[in-house]
Amino acid sequence: MVLDDPGVRSPQGRTDAPWRHDAKREDLQHIGKPIRKVDARSKVSGLTRFADDLSLPRMLHMKLLRSTVAHAEIVRIDTAKAAALPGVKGILTGRDMPIPFGILPVSQDEHALCPDRVRFVGDPVVAIAATEEEIAWNACRLVEVEYRELRTIGGVHEAAANPEPRLHDYGVRGNIHRLENLEFGDLADGFARAAHTREDTFFFEGNTHLPMEQHATLAHFDKDGKLTVWSSTQTPHYLHKALARVLHPLPAHHIRVVACPNGGGFGGKSDPFNHEIAAAKMSMLTGRPVKIALTREEVFFCHRGRHPVLMRSRIGVTKTGRITALDFHSFLDGGAYGSYGTASTFYTGALQTVTYAVENYHFRGARFFTNKAPCGPKRGHGTPQPRFALEVQLDKIACDLGLDPAQMRLDNLAPRDSLTANFLRIGSMGLGTCIEKVVAGSGWKQRRGKLGRQPNGKYRGLGLACSSYLSGAGLPIYWNGMPHSGVQLKLDRSGLVTAFCGSTDIGQGSDSVLGWIIGEVLGIDPLGIKVVTSDTDLTPVDLGSYSSRVTVMTGNAAMQAAERARDIVAAGVAAKLSVPAGRLVFADGRVFDSEEPQKGMTWQEAVCAAEARHGTIGTVGSYSPPPAAAKFRGGGVGPSPSYSYSAAVVEVEVDIETGVYTVPKVWMAHDIGRALNAAVAMGQIEGSVYMGLGEAMMEEMAYRDRVHKGNRIFVHKIPSLLEYKSPVTFDMPEVVTYVVEDPDKNGPFGAKEVGQGPLLPMMPAVANAIFDAVGVRVDEIPVSFEKVHAALLAKQAGKEARFGPDNGPEGIPAVDFGDSLKIKTPWQGGDGTAWNEPKREKKAAK
Amino acid sequence: MLRLPTFTYHRPKTAEQAVALACEHGREAMFVAGGTDLYPNMKRRQQTPTQVISLQDIPGLDQVEVHPQGGVRIGALAKLSQLEHHPHLKQHHPAFAHAVREISTPLLRNMGTIGGNLLLDTRCTYYDQTHEWRESIDFCMKKDGAICWVAPGSPRCWAVQSSDTVPVVCAMECDVELVGKDGPRRLRATDLYRDDGIQYLTKKPEELLTRLFLPPPVGWKASYLKLRRRDTFDFPILGVGVCLWFDAAGVVTKANVRLGGAGSYAIPAVETEKLLVGQKLTDEVIAAAGAAAMKPARTMDNTDQDVYWRRKVAPVYVARAIAACR
Repeated sequence: MVLDDPGVRSPQGRTDAPWRHDAKREDLQHIGKPIRKVDARSKVSGLTRFADDLSLPRMLHMKLLRSTVAHAEIVRIDTAKAAALPGVKGILTGRDMPIPFGILPVSQDEHALCPDRVRFVGDPVVAIAATEEEIAWNACRLVEVEYRELRTIGGVHEAAANPEPRLHDYGVRGNIHRLENLEFGDLADGFARAAHTREDTFFFEGNTHLPMEQHATLAHFDKDGKLTVWSSTQTPHYLHKALARVLHPLPAHHIRVVACPNGGGFGGKSDPFNHEIAAAKMSMLTGRPVKIALTREEVFFCHRGRHPVLMRSRIGVTKTGRITALDFHSFLDGGAYGSYGTASTFYTGALQTVTYAVENYHFRGARFFTNKAPCGPKRGHGTPQPRFALEVQLDKIACDLGLDPAQMRLDNLAPRDSLTANFLRIGSMGLGTCIEKVVAGSGWKQRRGKLGRQPNGKYRGLGLACSSYLSGAGLPIYWNGMPHSGVQLKLDRSGLVTAFCGSTDIGQGSDSVLGWIIGEVLGIDPLGIKVVTSDTDLTPVDLGSYSSRVTVMTGNAAMQAAERARDIVAAGVAAKLSVPAGRLVFADGRVFDSEEPQKGMTWQEAVCAAEARHGTIGTVGSYSPPPAAAKFRGGGVGPSPSYSYSAAVVEVEVDIETGVYTVPKVWMAHDIGRALNAAVAMGQIEGSVYMGLGEAMMEEMAYRDRVHKGNRIFVHKIPSLLEYKSPVTFDMPEVVTYVVEDPDKNGPFGAKEVGQGPLLPMMPAVANAIFDAVGVRVDEIPVSFEKVHAALLAKQAGKEARFGPDNGPEGIPAVDFGDSLKIKTPWQGGDGTAWNEPKREKKAAK
Repeated sequence: MLRLPTFTYHRPKTAEQAVALACEHGREAMFVAGGTDLYPNMKRRQQTPTQVISLQDIPGLDQVEVHPQGGVRIGALAKLSQLEHHPHLKQHHPAFAHAVREISTPLLRNMGTIGGNLLLDTRCTYYDQTHEWRESIDFCMKKDGAICWVAPGSPRCWAVQSSDTVPVVCAMECDVELVGKDGPRRLRATDLYRDDGIQYLTKKPEELLTRLFLPPPVGWKASYLKLRRRDTFDFPILGVGVCLWFDAAGVVTKANVRLGGAGSYAIPAVETEKLLVGQKLTDEVIAAAGAAAMKPARTMDNTDQDVYWRRKVAPVYVARAIAACR
């Protein structure tokens, strides 16, 4: 099959430019160097103004009264006493904002305030603004809400067994939100050719992002009828769209959204939120600026974190561990609303094929509505759960077959520049190098299986796991034919270059990426470039900081804008110096003749020369990902311009008497195509290790469930920073980080994703290391001390040395997935369509 | 974010003034030293004093004075970080210094005081929550409600003793000094505590804890061992304080074993103590003593981690704490 080659967009079609994806490092002046982030000094000196630092004259403070019950109809709301409290200036209920919203067009199922029904403890019901926050809080206590409680739906088994009461009147049926059933190739043949087959059941508990900054929003509806919303959001463009929808008839061009610097997001600030919309409406009601700063507990209610996923995986392999067939089921506990859940469901099935070649693949996924805080995208979005299942299952396979788990993976790598069974287009592929790095660094070959009992009486072991992740989703959230990212450049006579872009820096360094790329193309100091981002009035649209898309998409748009600016400046300089433009070099803040380097001018002089000739200088660049090879329904989730790869080895030390264990050391290798800045990239990788360690060992969105007394169920058990257990600085193990560079032609300078991928192998690597240390399997995340201890006790009692969900027929919900969409794999001659799919009306791009 | 409610802040210059203010304002008043426990509790509306009496201006109460025989008099305002690094304490009272070091994080130990830790409020997963959370669950008897959600049939509160220093201070038979309306009085630390999640202290509300007295380190050895999820931060879900007195032959002549995090006060493990007295600390004696430890414990599902697991691993921790005294 012929692959299209979208290439890096270069308007001149230049092939000799030094910033090709495979440029030699020594030919690059700024890219790859450890330049400080553009916002680093403000951040470390406390000068960065986050949303909660903002204040306007006459500003009101808003609080939300939230549901105290998990599932109920609202019978009556009485706000009279609250309204009478001195200092209260405005009260909103669901009736004031009847238009529903939601991040995905297919699930517009949220309201800024619940109009008639609450679906989880924490659903907002009333908003009150007052001159002081304490007054607003006290006023909320005076509101009387009468509920008629409904039966609650607690998890995937309950949701499958109880179609009534339905949480929503849309979805597949009952409380099933989504069902997917995709079959690639010939499963029966694949299993028939397998020398070894096994079936395992895994569970991955939900967990949350835990950003240090709690969400805050300031809204100001001014006397000219213009609304400005400053907010801690990763997706100002999508918030802009949601505001325009709910605040109808306020025109979209009267709404300005400014994403403030984010104190961490990790996916938790990617949805438009009820408090953002309510603050805007409250400002319109009162005519005064309105601020809301959420408490930590409310951040847990916003959630949109990792879905709890129950998985069953049946796998067939040859004697050497080659995967002939994979039959994978996932059951997602979605919580109360749709959020990104449709995409999350597909993502639990999309990327299994991108690390190791899978010949035949069947994926069935179901997402359910339950009475808990809504789940959504968290770092790795939908892929860490199946990755945990697959990597632990492969470890078991290696054990069954007597193979080295590292070598088995090396023998089965998905080939570079290939299509997977589910029509994902792999470009550069450095997983082999990643595995080799961590294997060598950890002494895997000499130490695995041999560490055993230590002088302190504890047992050590090593575990290995791998992963892959997207460099941005191939499709936008809403169907459209416009670019995913846009950049505008303005060149000033002072020599200042200002870059405008809608992208949002959530701490990952995307503002800096703009500076580095533009600085490299124009040969000027990246720290001298002014970066203006994430302001819908000023900056061209970028879809947002999610799915690791910014470096590749914004980076390519920035490169195009910079190349266009370079051409304009080159023409001006060429005319002034009487040198052919093609001979000009842009470096060291100068533009000069490559044949006579002393013949040239400073960057500022060059800009002036160009402006004199060309007029005011501004350029634009934009980027759209290459079209997907997958043409079947559901094929839109998974395609990406490129895929990053990671491999980890984790060492654990287990106290066999208690199950208590520690992780003393981690080796992590991440193929990111090219490090635009290795120091920042390593920070992202280590951040992933840290977050992954928390998920592996302790983090969970725990709710009071039916075993608890009374009817107060599905209240979050531990919505605080102290009691929601996550590692602290002192818990961080020693980490050996390997930045692997396998440049990809779709990335700016060959760069791919960094920072989501290396979270994924942490969880399975910890579980695999526990097995290496003490010979027990924990098939459930988090791998808590209790579970290790339970598995050790089972082993001592001569039972299966395992803790995990039921492997039997009752272990997964009975769900009728209907007929699968059948898609021939590329090696069966498939063209990316499903041969049994009913013809669809092709939607026209707007 | 959560903000503090409005309150009046007092800064008395002497212990007597502080006590007088406390008497004047009665139930509306609370003392504050480091504030690492009180202020978060106020933000969550668990404790709602309208009059907060700061102790920071009272001179002399942050001193650590070593007696010639090796006993130590510690002012209640001494910072935890000051104690953990104190050379005499590290050398001669290592179990106490270790227990101090196990409290929370370095940052909080720089603010928190020994007095505050000795008087730390009891904790419970149903109580250490925001007002809104407790409202959702319907308030419990420790604050604003009438029921105990851990044991709904129970007439009492089962909130958990959660100070790291209390088990070891009780085991070591330390004394404390309180200042009240009628002047100072000295009592055994053990007698400061009661088996009740709400009224967990015997002292009167207006009485001010001023000193802790550690006995001379002669003829006994102590240890403290803590179980928690994160070894860098968390409150104890089990804190074993052991103090053993030995004769010249290494036979245990007296044993105090106190279980923190296992009930509303540091519970004496009476059976364990009996099994140790008259014995040398062999592996068998230690294992048997550990196995007997949890009989008086009141471990319930109101702390972090699974309650059954906590009960199963507690004997291992008690045995290890005893072994540390060998």
